Amino acid sequence: MKVTLKNLTKIFPNKKTKSEVIAVNNFDYVIEDGELIGLLGPSGCGKSTTLNLLSGLLEPTSGSIFFGDDDVTMLPAESRGVGLVFQNYALYPHLTVLQNITFPLENRKGKDKLSKEQMVEMATEVARLVQIDGLLDRKPSELSGGQQQRVAIARALVKKPRILLLDEPLSNLDARLRLQTREELRRIQRSTGITTVFVTHDQEEAMSISDKIVVMKDGVVHQTGAPQEVYDDPINYFVATFLGTPPINCFDGCVKDGKISIGDEAIMDCAGVSDREVIVAIRPEGFSLDGDEKQVFTCELSRVEVMGRDMSVVAMHEKCKSPLIRAIIDSDNLKNLNGDKVVFGLKPHKLFIFEKESGERIRF
Amino acid sequence: MKFKNLKAWLYLLPAVLFLGVFMLYPLVDVIIYSFEEGYNSASQTYFGVGGYNYQYVLNDPYFLQALKNTFILVLITVPLSTALSLVISVALSSIKRLRSWFQTLYFLPYVTNTLAVGLVFMILFDQRSQDSIGLINTLLSYVGVDPIDFINGPYWAKMLVLSLYTVWIVMPFKILILTSSLASVDEIYYNAAKVDGTPRWRVFTKITLPMISPTLFYLIITGFIGAFKAYSDAVALFGTNLNANEMNTIVGYIYDMLYGDSGGFPSYASAAAVILFIVVLTITVINLLVSKKNVHY
Amino acid sequence: MDYEKIKKASARRDIALKTVIYIFLAIWALIVLFPFYWMLLTSVKSYGSYDSDWMSVIPSSPTLENYKTAFSAVPLGGYFANTLIFTLATTAIMLFVTVLAAYAFARLEFKGKDLVFTLFLALMMIPTELVVITNYVTVTELDLRNTFAGLILPSVTSVFYIYLLKENFAQVPDELYYAAKVDGTSDIKYLFKVMMPICKPTIVTITILKVIECWNSYVWPRLVTDDRAYFLVSNGIQEIRESGFGRENVPAMMAAVVVISVPLIVLFLIFRNKIMEGVSRGGIKG
Repeated sequence: MKVTLKNLTKIFPNKKTKSEVIAVNNFDYVIEDGELIGLLGPSGCGKSTTLNLLSGLLEPTSGSIFFGDDDVTMLPAESRGVGLVFQNYALYPHLTVLQNITFPLENRKGKDKLSKEQMVEMATEVARLVQIDGLLDRKPSELSGGQQQRVAIARALVKKPRILLLDEPLSNLDARLRLQTREELRRIQRSTGITTVFVTHDQEEAMSISDKIVVMKDGVVHQTGAPQEVYDDPINYFVATFLGTPPINCFDGCVKDGKISIGDEAIMDCAGVSDREVIVAIRPEGFSLDGDEKQVFTCELSRVEVMGRDMSVVAMHEKCKSPLIRAIIDSDNLKNLNGDKVVFGLKPHKLFIFEKESGERIRF
Repeated sequence: MKFKNLKAWLYLLPAVLFLGVFMLYPLVDVIIYSFEEGYNSASQTYFGVGGYNYQYVLNDPYFLQALKNTFILVLITVPLSTALSLVISVALSSIKRLRSWFQTLYFLPYVTNTLAVGLVFMILFDQRSQDSIGLINTLLSYVGVDPIDFINGPYWAKMLVLSLYTVWIVMPFKILILTSSLASVDEIYYNAAKVDGTPRWRVFTKITLPMISPTLFYLIITGFIGAFKAYSDAVALFGTNLNANEMNTIVGYIYDMLYGDSGGFPSYASAAAVILFIVVLTITVINLLVSKKNVHY
Repeated sequence: MDYEKIKKASARRDIALKTVIYIFLAIWALIVLFPFYWMLLTSVKSYGSYDSDWMSVIPSSPTLENYKTAFSAVPLGGYFANTLIFTLATTAIMLFVTVLAAYAFARLEFKGKDLVFTLFLALMMIPTELVVITNYVTVTELDLRNTFAGLILPSVTSVFYIYLLKENFAQVPDELYYAAKVDGTSDIKYLFKVMMPICKPTIVTITILKVIECWNSYVWPRLVTDDRAYFLVSNGIQEIRESGFGRENVPAMMAAVVVISVPLIVLFLIFRNKIMEGVSRGGIKG
């Protein structure tokens, strides 16, 4: 099911201060059929509100939502046919796993009504898909977090929803389980081919499984696209800093005479950009220590952390916006490190410059 | 360690003293009383030990009347007040505007003096004099019902007023407890049900009721216990001479045996009190067994 | 599917349902309020014209005469003072006893603590009706009938409140206690300076519950007082009904009822949130 959002806006009035909070501002986007979309942003950015607008639990202030060609903007949640997986799963604690999964099916009326056997059959089928078919008689309290998560997904899928929505699906799981469940989510989405939107504040999670990501902040969509595209080509300072672990390293710098400088050091050419103050951002993997670079950047060496194949060179620079600079380098080049200074080579496509005030990307 | 022990007991001393003198000792004593035959409070003597007091009480027509009254009252008021308070609480929880107003208003009877407001009920239901009728009867006469003497008249009419008043008195507590229990059900379950297109009635029976069932059973159990101890509501409506009015309750019987015109028989009162305790205990145990089966947590 | 239609139908259903709910709630509000309204109304109707005026919704000649009668025909002021003394004294002693006991159970270590606490819990199941008989005999034998001591002492203890406060005390982190101990704070000081302020909501709760209980208590005062000088308001109103001006002068009786009901109602309206929260936290009546 293709999903179209047109100028979607949601404004919450704040009674106490008599002011308004614009939770979602003019959201325009098309989700293609069968895509897995990650809505990504810091907390309070409007991603959960967007999800609730899609589910119908909230009504938009303006704008519209289409499922395929149907305008569902004003349709209440119960008639929308979406599957929704809540952050803490919202499994009914007094019902067994099987009863939880069949719950949505039992709501059907009239000609859609199902027999008990049909319901159990459908429930067993999705249970098998999410690999919990051995747990059908248990109560939610007897399940682990990961298993509860699967039950919640099964309950959302069993009614064959037009779209599947997941609210922070992995945030309640521990780190190891999160990796595993991430893959699992991807597998389930692939095998059902259902258009899926999930919300997360964890950029790594969004990048790893989404077909496309939507980066939001303060109700505004900053950038959309395939994860690698967005990572490689951020349109502004926020997107660049929000994506990537370890985070991108940022410096106060300036452009002068077609050269980017940090402090006194001119580090790269940028022909055609007029002189101004800028923020220079360099991805951790944008540094190198091959020893034959043309563009170099000198920092104070702090320490080296070896992590097997790669190593992390931790350095400092007075113009850096954070206390430490982190560079990821191939560990073969360890020999090029000595003394208390480190001279990095720079990879041009891993270095971005932004307007100091607006944060807009400056292309060169 | 010794000093520590001493200090702790010093903290406990007032409570132990009060509870010992006014609770523990009376508890033992009341059971002894109930088996002492022919106890005379003036001379503090008795002439035998046995079950005679129980035999007397269980054959006393006043006690049987009180027992019957109490059971009828319990069977009417507990289901009625619980069901009504559930409906009201659900209705309250479904609105936003005026909600806290209603809540405050509904709680008013809790803080009023049972005896005092009982008089208002009496006035409302009473025949004002031989030849004029009270407000409720006047209203009834508009719909063509002949005047009924609710306060001194037929048994069922008196029982009706007593039940109505009892329900009115116990509702605030139940509404309060149920609304806060309803509010504690996480909204996320309702959202989940909404997304699945669950009809209202099904949401109520399949989600709300099971989730508040522990509170509901708690209210039923305490409701039973409270109703079995009914007394002052009856006094408020029918005066202290409840035996003559056929409106006595078990607790009323105990007090009447102890004190007042028909009093001076602590042994009979003790036997009746022990019987009451056994009845309440039995009902509570049955309630607990039933709730074990039906409460889902 | 016609979405507009679905939406409209569901909106219509919502409005209809909301209307029914509000009407229903309003009816119950009326049932709750009506006795209060009627007692206020009757209390300002003049005795002389009551026979013709009793049904009117607006009194023809409102008067405060009945209030004067209520106070002069019976010592209503005295009942009031008694109830006030009884309520304050009982609540104060109860607080003292409860706080100390709860602290001992929650914080102090002593031999046999578990056993004693279990015994306490068992006492919670004992209904007052069971022990009132012996207490009546005890008070009579001690010659405490018609004294405040006889009224107050047996009404002090509430195992449930000790339990409630002990549970709350136990939630205060141990570290605070150890920190205070290291700083050389005595137990009693720790109790008053740290525990009680932290657990203030629970203390307020049990105070409120006890005040309501005391103000409305009827049975025990009736047993141990037959001298009007020691009557509480409940006994006073019963006296008025049975042998006072009661059924003769209904407006005056209603005036007395208003006077008796007003203090708690005013207290409730001022502290309504605290009281309702307290009662629902206490979760128990009487």
